[in-house]
Amino acid sequence: MTPRTFNDIFGNPYLAVLAATTVIMGYLTVNALMIIWMERKVAARMQRRLGPTERGKFGLLQSIYDMGKLIGKELITPTHVNKGLYLAAPVLVFAPVLALCSLIPVSQSWVFHDYDIALVLLLAFSGLAVIGIFSAGWGSNNKYSLMGAVRSVSQTIAYEIPLILSALAVVMMAKELNLYQIVAKQEGLWNIVLQPVAAVIFLISATAETNRAPFDIPEAESELIGGFHTEYSGMRFGLFFFAEYSNMIIACSLATVLFLGGWHGPLLPGILWFFIKVYALIFVMMWFRWTFPRIRFDQLLSFSWLVLTPIAIANLFVTAVVSKLV
Amino acid sequence: MAELIQIASDEDRDTFYLNMGPQHPSTHGVLRLRLHLKGERILSAEPIIGYSHRAHEKMAENRNYIQFLPNPSRVDYLSGMIYSIGYCQAIEKAIGLEVPERAEYIRVICNELNRISSHLLWFGTFLLDLGGVTPFLYCFDDREKILDLLDLVSGSRLTYCYGRFGGLVNDVTDDFLEGTARFCTAFRERLREYDRLVTQNVIFRNRTIGVGVMRPELAQQFGITGPCLRAMGMARDVRRDEPYGIYDRFEFDIPTRTASDCFDRYLVRIAEMEQSMRIVEQALAKLPDGPIMAKKIPRKIAPAKGEYYFAVESARGHFGMFIVSDGSEIPYRIHLRTPSFANLSTMRTVLPGTLLADTVSILGSIDIVLPEIDR
Repeated sequence: MTPRTFNDIFGNPYLAVLAATTVIMGYLTVNALMIIWMERKVAARMQRRLGPTERGKFGLLQSIYDMGKLIGKELITPTHVNKGLYLAAPVLVFAPVLALCSLIPVSQSWVFHDYDIALVLLLAFSGLAVIGIFSAGWGSNNKYSLMGAVRSVSQTIAYEIPLILSALAVVMMAKELNLYQIVAKQEGLWNIVLQPVAAVIFLISATAETNRAPFDIPEAESELIGGFHTEYSGMRFGLFFFAEYSNMIIACSLATVLFLGGWHGPLLPGILWFFIKVYALIFVMMWFRWTFPRIRFDQLLSFSWLVLTPIAIANLFVTAVVSKLV
Repeated sequence: MAELIQIASDEDRDTFYLNMGPQHPSTHGVLRLRLHLKGERILSAEPIIGYSHRAHEKMAENRNYIQFLPNPSRVDYLSGMIYSIGYCQAIEKAIGLEVPERAEYIRVICNELNRISSHLLWFGTFLLDLGGVTPFLYCFDDREKILDLLDLVSGSRLTYCYGRFGGLVNDVTDDFLEGTARFCTAFRERLREYDRLVTQNVIFRNRTIGVGVMRPELAQQFGITGPCLRAMGMARDVRRDEPYGIYDRFEFDIPTRTASDCFDRYLVRIAEMEQSMRIVEQALAKLPDGPIMAKKIPRKIAPAKGEYYFAVESARGHFGMFIVSDGSEIPYRIHLRTPSFANLSTMRTVLPGTLLADTVSILGSIDIVLPEIDR
């Protein structure tokens, strides 16, 4: 069983790339706007407020208005910045997101690009975003931004390792790096049943990787004002914002693919199941954000190096032994 | 100062200065902290104040005692009721004016409601500093009810001017009394909810336990008062030590803790809210009928020549008024001894050695109100 890709549809690889980029942009935009709306509604619900109600039914159009506002804002370039890095940063942050998104198998018959080493590519590209964040922090030439950037780098390094180790446990079981095949093999039994520890570690690390509260120390508005994006305005800030929510989609999609059996589920069509699971995970992430205070920087790092990483390694070891025996 | 002005030499190129504030989300107004940092570790810190100085003390020298009446509640806008009634009590004591029973009880109720609302706002902003947004909105929900109640009797929501020399401007309505009783019942339940949401939270505990420990000798050096002092294990409270008004008629505990870290200061304030409710409930039960203003109020408010000192327990600690009178209607000098000023002064000693993220939690935990520091 192989999925259909853009190459099959268009025949021409250049056309396929163009089409895929457009479709992915649209896919990400719609989802990100939905998630921003959802975040505001969930937050409002948890805080006994109403959230957006004015624009569209249930305020559904609020995010679009916000986007319009951000586009309309003046793009201020402070005089003291390192211009090259400063201007490149929002692009650098957002570019990997596009590549990442194209690798996720959405349903049984649909994946943007079907690669045999999709998981490796995904993990590699997700590490790229930190370069953008660092260049934003360094290029802004602002002490708060720099501290945010430094925090971001050490956080990404610290949490990439348990993230990869927990994904590796799934790879060991599936004996496969192709995401499509990993999902296909989960029919009937999702990986979360066999790998609960890895799933929890993955979710925690993914929250940290996407800089979401309670791990949002690179931005930490009560300490660092805005962290790495302090000096950005208008749509440049919008791109950081957009990238954060897109990263959330990707992290949750990957968690769905690796642990929750992707499109598998009874009755409903596969693509619907996929989105139900992704949005359920996104809801969990929002739940974290609006319930917990922020972790302190040093505790965040020691939590990764002293708790998550050893557990992930132990889990990997057990997985290796068990899969050898079975 | 000398070590702060020194420009970084070649040897310490890995240290830098950071101006935290006066525009910063967590400096609670316009405090500026000049931090010398090595990475995220603080080497030295100096609070720089004066950005919201409004010369309240100087204003007092240019107007008579009655005209100064609206000022005290602007000094500390979070416990305005306590300040403004405290000022009335100071003048009443200076000119020897008796206040009717009913007014005294209402004063106590309003003071304690104000204390709860101040602590609630502190609780919300403290959690906001730590990155937890949700409790902030819960607190404001409860605080709103108190503001509505106080609005009902005093006509204002933040900077009250409810007290008069010799009593109060309005009598309370039944709505107020019923509302207060209802609030007390509902708020007990809410406090338990906060406890489940915040006190038991492992991240919150990790960020506050053992952070920002104030050594007991600091209390004497700087004159720390209020919840910060009680978190050191010293049960000092003006309401108990030198009872003013009718505070000696109520039963309440002075909650203390011993570790003197951010977590203890948090617990002390939470316990104080409960004690304040106890006082409110006792006062509601005993509230007598009668007038709310003294019969004979002198036309001319002019304390006899001399010096007067009067202190009340505000939500932040010992608020003292030192009044020098030359026998005229205009005070010669009013000095306001405000608690946050003393509490903030400890930051130079407490902050070095902590992390930048701790700065925020320590500053939050001492509960500063900048206009009260600058006056």
